[in-house]
Amino acid sequence: MGTVFSFDVRGGEPGAVRAALDAAVAELHRADDVFSTYRENSELSRLARGELSVEECAPEVAEVLELGARAERLSEGWFSTTYQGRLDPTGIVKGWAAERAAQRLAATPGVTGVSVNGGGDVQLSGAPGPQRPWRVGVSDPLRPGGLAAVISAAGTDRLAVATSGTAERGAHIVDPRTGRSAVTDLVAVTVVGPSLTWADCWATAAFAMGSRQALAWLEELPEVEALLITAGDEVRCTGGLGARLG
Amino acid sequence: MHPLKKNRPLRRIVLSGAATVCGTVLLLSLKPHTSTAVAVAPPAASAGSGSSGSSGSSGSSGSGSSGSTGSSGTRTVTGETVQTRWGPVQVRITLEDGRLTEVTAVTYPQENPRDQEINSYAVPQLRREALAAQSADIDTVSGATYTSDGYRQSLQSALDSAKS
Repeated sequence: MGTVFSFDVRGGEPGAVRAALDAAVAELHRADDVFSTYRENSELSRLARGELSVEECAPEVAEVLELGARAERLSEGWFSTTYQGRLDPTGIVKGWAAERAAQRLAATPGVTGVSVNGGGDVQLSGAPGPQRPWRVGVSDPLRPGGLAAVISAAGTDRLAVATSGTAERGAHIVDPRTGRSAVTDLVAVTVVGPSLTWADCWATAAFAMGSRQALAWLEELPEVEALLITAGDEVRCTGGLGARLG
Repeated sequence: MHPLKKNRPLRRIVLSGAATVCGTVLLLSLKPHTSTAVAVAPPAASAGSGSSGSSGSSGSSGSGSSGSTGSSGTRTVTGETVQTRWGPVQVRITLEDGRLTEVTAVTYPQENPRDQEINSYAVPQLRREALAAQSADIDTVSGATYTSDGYRQSLQSALDSAKS
């Protein structure tokens, strides 16, 4: 996937946490092996070429494709697992893998808080301390090094914060309807919700929609809040985001 | 820092220390597209100086003023509730060693869709201005997906090195 994952695990016995981290990292490498669209011989590449059936692939492939199909339906096609006519679930794999890693770590005996950051998308569980919730800075796309907001996980058992935008890799989000770079007035969309798999998909879909349609659509999604930043440096958010600002 | 542009819904937030070091004046102007309104709260909380560690609440008048002191010069001050033409607005600020580090709207109009539209700009913008100059106490950073190269320059990378 060509990115960096950061882990922060609180509580638990050091040996057990170390082992759980090793397992989580191994699982991420395995997900990369299976789902890579860059490796000619990954299961996904072979599936896309018709050399394998879904049943012949690792069970995660069917799981991810099913999640991707749901995301496509729920976003009315704004999220898509097809790119240039070819199967490409890249947009969902990272969020899904990071959420799964966070779940595995949180299930380790004694662990009270987990933060997994997969290339800028975050899945949180528990808390870093008894009196303190996880706090996630949302980077400000128009002021490098600055923050546009701080999201607090107070009052939640698990929370995800996913951001889609052009600040790091330029215009890489494709409008599924045209196959070209999304024409959007947005520079970043941050979606907050319990699950990173979905938050990541919704951030991508909302980015392609543009601010007006995205805000209305995100407002309707249950358990989801969002912060949108336009190229004109305007910040917009869904009605309930205020309660999540820390 | 960028000055707020004139036609933004939230025009400005002005804080000034009064003669007693900590008296606070909040000017909050919520501007829907054309008309202008400015709400002014009188100095609200008057607490001890930032470094003394004392706290107090002696609101000069009106409702809802309070001050509390955290560790080493961190103070939270809740301003007076200000009546604007759209409804009551109350803002809580946090000062660290006299620097504004946090702004939260405690009360703001949200009864009708118009209010919500204004707040969907004003509240996050308010916070953004406050956060722009500070180092917030955060655990991790969400942003546009970075590559392995991009990570090296990222705020997340700085946080990771600070913790490990």
